[in-house]
Amino acid sequence: MQEFEYVAPANLEDAIRLMAEKGPRAKALAGGTDILIQLRGGRFQIDRLVDIKKIPELNELSFSEANGLTVGAAVECYRVYEDQTVQKLYPGLFDSASLIGGIQIQGRATVGGNLCNAAPSGDNIPSLIVQEAVAIVAGPNGRRNISVEDFCAGPGRNVLQEGELLVAIHIPTPKPNFGAHFLRFIPRNEMDIAIANSAVSVLLDDSKQHIVSARIAIGSVAPTPVFAREASALLTGKEANEASIEEAAEATKAAASPINDMRGTIDQRIHLVGVLTKRALRTAISRAREG
Amino acid sequence: MSEKIHVHTTINDTEVDFLAESRQSLLEIIRDTLGMTGTKEGCNDGNCGACTVNIDGRIVDSCCVLAVEAEGKNILTIEGVASPEGLHPLQQAFLEEAALQCGICTPGFIVAAKSLLEREPNADEARIRHWLAGNLCRCTGYDKIVRAVLKAGEVMNQGDGAGRATTAAGAGPTDQRDVYND
Repeated sequence: MQEFEYVAPANLEDAIRLMAEKGPRAKALAGGTDILIQLRGGRFQIDRLVDIKKIPELNELSFSEANGLTVGAAVECYRVYEDQTVQKLYPGLFDSASLIGGIQIQGRATVGGNLCNAAPSGDNIPSLIVQEAVAIVAGPNGRRNISVEDFCAGPGRNVLQEGELLVAIHIPTPKPNFGAHFLRFIPRNEMDIAIANSAVSVLLDDSKQHIVSARIAIGSVAPTPVFAREASALLTGKEANEASIEEAAEATKAAASPINDMRGTIDQRIHLVGVLTKRALRTAISRAREG
Repeated sequence: MSEKIHVHTTINDTEVDFLAESRQSLLEIIRDTLGMTGTKEGCNDGNCGACTVNIDGRIVDSCCVLAVEAEGKNILTIEGVASPEGLHPLQQAFLEEAALQCGICTPGFIVAAKSLLEREPNADEARIRHWLAGNLCRCTGYDKIVRAVLKAGEVMNQGDGAGRATTAAGAGPTDQRDVYND
């Protein structure tokens, strides 16, 4: 692996300064399960690696009814899926965080790092999008909030500017009659990169028969994870039945613009996105009904 | 820039100091600097689990951890699994079930399975297969490995918690060592 300077600042201000000093030649280190492999493979050259795990604020995992869920950028996947509030209120995030890699990867990899790595296949990203997650970012010019659906800019690229760090991901408290689900298709049973994935969330009315609103996001089928805006909007006000599900799943396919590669073909990926979305919607609706 | 960083850590209940370049993985230091070659290098990119160690109660791939990140951590490697009194129930079960051929994946499987059985001694086959999905074996297939873990779970469940007692005893064969090499 190339040489670089390793620093582990104890507060956010120092971390931002250490990042900004080196501009594009600095990278942040959280769980390292992507970046250390990328550095070893020579994907980019850096002068400084800034370990963010000693910054208390970035290790925060907390929930309040008023403020929702805060997942610090350094919080590992296992902490997220072992959290009882996540299990209860953020079922889509629970699904994706517990599917990523194997147990060894989940012990290190962070949800924030998964987002910042901006892989088209990043399993947590569609789940965050459908739960209306917002990335809290801090940099030399202060703080700003970025909707997760606007965070990824291309394969392996995000919208963070020089010196900026992800501080936390904030996810609002779901309303009653909310349900979400995440599904992916991989060739093996475990430990693989998705050929396609789909996350959905639905909010039902009090009768639990009609959809108040829905969000669908898909991955591994475009340069970034995609919020399927039109398909999501189709579900507004619809009956929560098989016909509505079919229609939305079909429309979701139109949001996919996949490539052929060693993992799958364009046709296969588009087909899979439809199937996964359909199944995810069925489960999300039944979760919403169970409350 | 290639200046070495002093790291103080605990490996298999023994305090260890070493010097590491920032770019060195924990796996490299464990094997090449500390000479504990039980932990194996397989893929070196987080897929195969041969380099699994336990850090502060969580299993991780040591190829995906920088050695300098080990500062202040408590690490268990395969060398810390047996005790002076004998093999850990998992090691015994792997022998009895012939759950290995070439042996490269075995230390990773045992460190990973130990962490499961300590949490969930009654883990069933599906749970074991799920937990060990991050460990690859290219020789045996997985049936014998899963059988060995099930058997070890039964042994560890028997009354006195012998498995855990063995673990607690265990600095194993690792001596106190302070390694400062350039």
